[in-house]
Amino acid sequence: MSDQSETEVLLAARQWKAAGHRVALATVVKTWGSSPRPAGSHLAVRDDSHFLGSVSGGCVEGRVVEEALGVMKTGEPKLVEFGVSNDEAWEVGLACGGRVEIFVEAIE
Amino acid sequence: MKSEILDMVLESIATKRAVVLATNLESGEQRLLGRGDGDDDDERANVSTALRLDKPVTTGPDESRRIFYQPFNPPLRMVLVGAVHIAQPLSTMAVLAGYEVTIVDPRSAFAAEARFPGVALDLSWPDQALESLGLDARSAVVTLTHDPKLDDPALHVALRSDAFFIGCLGSKKTHATRLKRLRKAGFTDAELERIKGPVGLPIGSRSPSEIAVSVLAQVIETLRKP
Repeated sequence: MSDQSETEVLLAARQWKAAGHRVALATVVKTWGSSPRPAGSHLAVRDDSHFLGSVSGGCVEGRVVEEALGVMKTGEPKLVEFGVSNDEAWEVGLACGGRVEIFVEAIE
Repeated sequence: MKSEILDMVLESIATKRAVVLATNLESGEQRLLGRGDGDDDDERANVSTALRLDKPVTTGPDESRRIFYQPFNPPLRMVLVGAVHIAQPLSTMAVLAGYEVTIVDPRSAFAAEARFPGVALDLSWPDQALESLGLDARSAVVTLTHDPKLDDPALHVALRSDAFFIGCLGSKKTHATRLKRLRKAGFTDAELERIKGPVGLPIGSRSPSEIAVSVLAQVIETLRKP
């Protein structure tokens, strides 16, 4: 599962941390139905909201970045789950109809 | 995640050592495990399954004890025998898909740095080259020369290895004569069934780049839908 782009995300997380940023890592832990990124996919988030990698096809990254900023403050890891989006309600979710569970942790 | 754990994961990736990161999804506690490591038989089995399938394993429906086992395997490798025209787009595409590529061809006019900038070239005879590369279950071998003198020695080594993919470029006719030669050399029909020949998915490819797409697609299919 260590394909190049995933390794780049982990390298960026280390580099940002070394440069003095607060950093969090989000990892897809489980998927149900059709979802764009498989378990093990990473998103690294920096304290200025800059991010690298992906945990969905771009559907939930915004919310995951928010969660990551929260986790950087508390230091407590968190499991978050996203389901099907509802276009009319402007909810965050996956248009593909899948469900995804994401583990968000701070790099300490 | 502790910085030390992240450093150890990245170190394992850099040194091509297979490891599994075990994360307790409740507490966030993490351990790095190698093949054969684990607290009990169940855990050792989870580690080995994650590495074999190259896919994370999550244990237990019980929220408080859920552990996520994420494998970090050494990179996939692709060995191309024959520094021919098709090897140019195929090596580029394979690198994009995450493969470490080596091109084997003892003919220095073909295996020239200028033709393959940045790609590892091995000018030794194909059987020697493949022996020294040490093919494993994350290796793919594709012969491209059409020349039995070069392709066959490579196939002899590949067929005795754990390579997950062995493919040969060439027409149905040349493939039939290739199989005849290999049978004569002592390989059984069951062994020869591993060879994809003519290599590539039938997508009507014409140009070298299109053929490279069809070959890479078949390699991916073999890896992901075994």
